[in-house]
Amino acid sequence: MRGDALKAWALILPSLVMLVAFTHWPAVATLWDSLYSTPRGSRPGIFVGADNYLDLLDDPVFFTALRNNAYYALVTIPASVLLSLVMALSVNAKFPGRALVRMAYFTPTILPMIAVANIWLFFFTPDYGLFDQIMGGLGFGRHNWLGDSATALPAMMLVAVWKEAGFFMIFYLAALQSMPPDLAEVARIEGSSRWNFFRRVTWPLLMPTTLFVCVNAVINAFRLIDHIVVMTRGGPNNATNLLLYHIYETGFRFWDTAAAATMTVALLAILGALAALQFGVLGRRTHYR
Amino acid sequence: MSTRRLEMIGAWVLGLLWVMPLAYAIWTAFHGSAYATHFSLTAPLTLINFPHAWDAAPFARYFLNTMILVAVVLVAQFALCTPAAYAFARMEFRGRDTVFAIVLLQLMVAPDVLLVANYRTMAQMGVVDTIGAIALPYLGSAFGIFLLRQTFRQVPQELDDAARLEGSSLLGRIWRVYVPLARPTYLAYGLVAVSYHWNNFLWPLVITNSVSTRPLTVGLSVFASTDQGIDWTIITAATLMTSGPLLLAFLLFQRQFVASFMRAGIR
Repeated sequence: MRGDALKAWALILPSLVMLVAFTHWPAVATLWDSLYSTPRGSRPGIFVGADNYLDLLDDPVFFTALRNNAYYALVTIPASVLLSLVMALSVNAKFPGRALVRMAYFTPTILPMIAVANIWLFFFTPDYGLFDQIMGGLGFGRHNWLGDSATALPAMMLVAVWKEAGFFMIFYLAALQSMPPDLAEVARIEGSSRWNFFRRVTWPLLMPTTLFVCVNAVINAFRLIDHIVVMTRGGPNNATNLLLYHIYETGFRFWDTAAAATMTVALLAILGALAALQFGVLGRRTHYR
Repeated sequence: MSTRRLEMIGAWVLGLLWVMPLAYAIWTAFHGSAYATHFSLTAPLTLINFPHAWDAAPFARYFLNTMILVAVVLVAQFALCTPAAYAFARMEFRGRDTVFAIVLLQLMVAPDVLLVANYRTMAQMGVVDTIGAIALPYLGSAFGIFLLRQTFRQVPQELDDAARLEGSSLLGRIWRVYVPLARPTYLAYGLVAVSYHWNNFLWPLVITNSVSTRPLTVGLSVFASTDQGIDWTIITAATLMTSGPLLLAFLLFQRQFVASFMRAGIR
């Protein structure tokens, strides 16, 4: 069987090399970089220990971004997961126009976020934009949705939920459609209410899908910042600055790579903790084959 | 009114809300700029926005770049994920579960987050501002390996054994037994991968800085943020142009797409 193990490693190696080179190694290298100063010109960075972390504690924008991102994640993750489940349940039933509705839910997923951001940018435009036209029709005055720090972040959340719910729906829909139909039949004969059936049968069976969807929703809440780049650039007054956007600005506009690396470590720590939490909480109730 | 009917109306309303931004984009793209902000059923239709948008930026080149990028990523991911998925699904070796867990870590730590470190790697390799550099971080895919592994595990072991008795080599068995049976998974995964890389923005934005390497998304953002002012008709025309092919592909494959995920076994 020694030969077999060798063959298995040969099959895995190409993937493993790519994964390690561009995911695992950079993650470790980032940790290393966070202990050095930013190299300037031909001068390499010098070892500074925890200095970058102490500097980070003095960076108010970092904490704003952290708070914004926490708020953003707390709203967009449950909202998009819940909505995707509702969508999947609704198009799992038969009704006229079902295919059209399913397509409507799904189209935002296919459109590039950057293109979508352009459309939404117009929706949020004061006076002409769709939101102001509707609000105007209802008797409200003009509002600068993206220019007001109270509404800018919620506007970004709306775009994110709109974009993602349809994608997660596909996974729920696939899971729902592969459930044996006799289960529902039996429940109906026994007189179980639909809500009871959902709570006792459907929901537990959907657990692995929920875990998978949640893992994706969490990473997206920290990874997807295309709309921020296009629509607000983190403004006004950092109201929509998210962690990765702050990292991007620090690393590629101010070229302070040491500070960017330090914040990346913080982001990795958050993602790691959330992953552990999800597998701890949801994973225990999930049965993989 | 029955609950069923209420639910149906709810589904319709939600669907309508969801499709509104796209519907708006289509409406604007086919009308003169005077009608971008007020709606009128009698507004004259026009196609002029599309050639205007097409000429306003090197979109032909951007299209070519995106297609090369997507093709490279897709072929490489299939070629790399397939053997790895087979090994994880059907072979016994020491450390298998540990290595699989290490692979799955990529699901939680997407390469997108590691911009700074990956940029430096590319700079050290001297490949900054190439299409290859956009693709490299994504060639290994935990998602692809996971999905194919789930599918391969459902292939009857007897088929594998039979092929082995007939003298098929390891790679021959993967190619002739597993790959054909996993075709729906390849389709589903392929569509997800194509849309991911067609739409990917931040990493290409960081790693490219010239017309000859920029994908459509970055090209579109450069176009929309510079000299266009706020001529929404041209911007929406460009927006539709850049996502058109993808939209079409999904409309064509919609049914198979859902069916594929059902069989792929993410449940």
